Amino acid sequence: MANPYDGAHTADHSHDHGGQPATGIKRWLFATNHKDIGTMYLVFSLIMFFIGGAMAMVIRAELFQPGLQLVDPAFFNQMTTNHALVMIFGAVMPAFVGLANWMIPMQIGAPDMALPRMNNFSFWILPFAFTLLLSTFFVPGGAAAGGWTLYPPLSLQTGDSFPMLIFAIHMMGISSIMGAINVIVTIMNMRAPGMNLLKMPLFCWSWLITAYLLIAVMPVLAGAVTMLLTDHFFKTSFFNAAGGGDPVMFEHIFWFFGHPEVYIMILPAFGIISEILPTFSRKPLFGATSMIYAIASIAFLSFIVWGHHMFADGMPVAAQLFYMMATMLIAVPTGVKVFNWTATMWRGSLSFEPPMLFALSFLFLFTIGGFSGVMLAIVPVDFQYNQTYFVVAHFHYVLVPGAVFGIMAGVYYWLPKWTGHMYSMGLAKTHFWLSTIFVNVLFFPQHFLGLAGMPRRIPDYAVQFTDWNMVSSIGGFGFGLSQILFAVVVVQCIRGGKKATAEVWDGTHPTGLEWTLPSPAPYHSFATAPEIK
Amino acid sequence: MISANTSNGYNLPIGVTGLSKAMYGLHMEVFWICVGIAVVVFGAMIYSLVKFRKSQGAIPDTTMLHSTKVEIIWTIIPVVILVVMAIPAADLILKMEDTRNSELSIRVTGYQWKWQYQYMDAAEGISFFSTLAQDSNFARQLNSGIDPKSVPNYLLDVDKPLVIPSGTKVRLLLTSQDVIHAWWVPDFGAKRSVIPGFVNELWFNVDPGKEGIYRGQCAALCGRDHGFMPVVVDVRTPEAFKQWVVEQKAALKQASAPDMSAPAVPATVPPAAQPPRSAQVISNPSTPTP
Repeated sequence: MANPYDGAHTADHSHDHGGQPATGIKRWLFATNHKDIGTMYLVFSLIMFFIGGAMAMVIRAELFQPGLQLVDPAFFNQMTTNHALVMIFGAVMPAFVGLANWMIPMQIGAPDMALPRMNNFSFWILPFAFTLLLSTFFVPGGAAAGGWTLYPPLSLQTGDSFPMLIFAIHMMGISSIMGAINVIVTIMNMRAPGMNLLKMPLFCWSWLITAYLLIAVMPVLAGAVTMLLTDHFFKTSFFNAAGGGDPVMFEHIFWFFGHPEVYIMILPAFGIISEILPTFSRKPLFGATSMIYAIASIAFLSFIVWGHHMFADGMPVAAQLFYMMATMLIAVPTGVKVFNWTATMWRGSLSFEPPMLFALSFLFLFTIGGFSGVMLAIVPVDFQYNQTYFVVAHFHYVLVPGAVFGIMAGVYYWLPKWTGHMYSMGLAKTHFWLSTIFVNVLFFPQHFLGLAGMPRRIPDYAVQFTDWNMVSSIGGFGFGLSQILFAVVVVQCIRGGKKATAEVWDGTHPTGLEWTLPSPAPYHSFATAPEIK
Repeated sequence: MISANTSNGYNLPIGVTGLSKAMYGLHMEVFWICVGIAVVVFGAMIYSLVKFRKSQGAIPDTTMLHSTKVEIIWTIIPVVILVVMAIPAADLILKMEDTRNSELSIRVTGYQWKWQYQYMDAAEGISFFSTLAQDSNFARQLNSGIDPKSVPNYLLDVDKPLVIPSGTKVRLLLTSQDVIHAWWVPDFGAKRSVIPGFVNELWFNVDPGKEGIYRGQCAALCGRDHGFMPVVVDVRTPEAFKQWVVEQKAALKQASAPDMSAPAVPATVPPAAQPPRSAQVISNPSTPTP
């Protein structure tokens, strides 16, 4: 059957556009090219990473010692709330969409994403959404301070910023849904002839599944926040107990979104790690098919475990047992992934370039986050861990050395392909070591704090928690400063450097189509679809 | 005297109730299982990192694609381990949720940002609010200039603690008047969300001989002063508790005496009506004084 994107057509198509980027601001405002849009997503994500990071620095500075030295508790709560919103919706998710934009067409042998104008729209919503979100700091009553989970009735006490917050979340959701649609349509329609789904690289696979998760749950979040909006302004009582509503229902709806959301933030990282480990082990990914099944199982399970966020809210015994078992079950496919990655390295020939270093750090530290996850699933002890720094340590272990290191590993892996230059290996390795050491100094002591009884989301604490908080804050400052190095390495690499070859890394495993393109990759990736054997 | 918090600073407290001890035991069991798995998995990873280095001339075995046998093995082993962890956990859930045959019920109401305790059963009628102690409240103001270390039990002290008897199954009925809070005393293994429109149940039974002051905090973000609504429980022997109830009821009668015309003269209030903070020192001389 004739593919509408076959060689002749795309050659013609690229001819229409001259194959060259427009100049000046128009190139970015009217961008339809997957690489330009991917670049914008990644730059946006980096900016948000630093803004969200600055909020984290305020948090860690206030928590450096007991007593309130720097900020009012209300402002502290605004920091924790917006740190989460900015990092989740502004830094991690757009970074993965940026990587998807850059890499999916190159990995499946397509010239571009399937829906380029929607791609433009989905990106350009984000700067407006986050301008709106960040501007809430300047309205009467300040920014949202009820936690990113927006639990009513507390979130309904937000001041004038409330409708702005809700509208910003709606925009982020629309952007994510459009990004997800684009990924699905691209993968389903634009694979090179001969590339069946099981031959597709793991990064594309992880994104395909992530995209379905996004489409399934972002509307749920939109519904939940819309109900908050009507409770606030139109006197409905969805979550208002006095009016016959149910505040716990919000938690159910929120976490039905929220739990798949955490997998949205980790599955593409799984895909990236599954690309990097084989390359630097010089050996194909072990059990590639079971890796795909594992991702799909995790995605399925993510829909039936949301109750584990709410054990302490009071739940029938049967529900507690169900959510505990279902949650523990996630450890099985996740374990398969970790074992397969280990088996990929087994009897390989390992070298330790920056992407591999970040992937290895991911492998060890994400697994630690997995262990604390299993512990948290055990209902009776969850009552002791719930709402403490143990939870904070857990989700930061899976999100920072998990999702964020996954993104950084991906950037270090593909950056020479994007820019045509090698970056400074010395600086990148320095960035790696500083990040890996400080991330542990930052988050490991938080396990101790939580077990010793320090609740999360507090601006001040009893004096017995002082020592570990100081250690954690020092780690935080170190980790934050180290990330400036990351920006330096990336900017240097864009501006110049040693010429990168098409393969970039010696011993590239043979399945990645992106390595058949020259470095830097041509503006329209595959003008002629490659043949897949 | 039992210290305020039996945690050693980096692990869960063993606590002073049957439930908290069972939770601690389960926590350590799961922790050691995780350590065991970590040793094996991280061991295999580290072995690969050391043994299969390109710089050491390692040749990749590119024929190693997959093995159904190993993959089945490393799917089944985790399932078995999880079942081993789930069985005692399920057993403990059933114990935790069994609130039958309680001997004393207390209604706990969360407010921004204080607790209200209303006694039922034999102590029916006793009711009071419990808020952050004054000295902590002064010290916690932005740039107060007061060193938190100089304040005894900084942020973990209240004006009137909840008083309960040891060796008694105490049931709390928790609800909120405004936003969601969570009542938590780590040493009791007792935490539950406090939700408007809902009444949650929670029980604990402090071991006899473990009388003393136990401290916890609100555990659910509840607004600006979430960090400043501690939970303090004064556990007394059943005899001392009975005496406390008698004193409180006497004070109550005094306060509600229908003598509306009499001028309120605080100096004439009998000692029994003093705030429990001082009563506690009388009945429990081993309590550390600030």
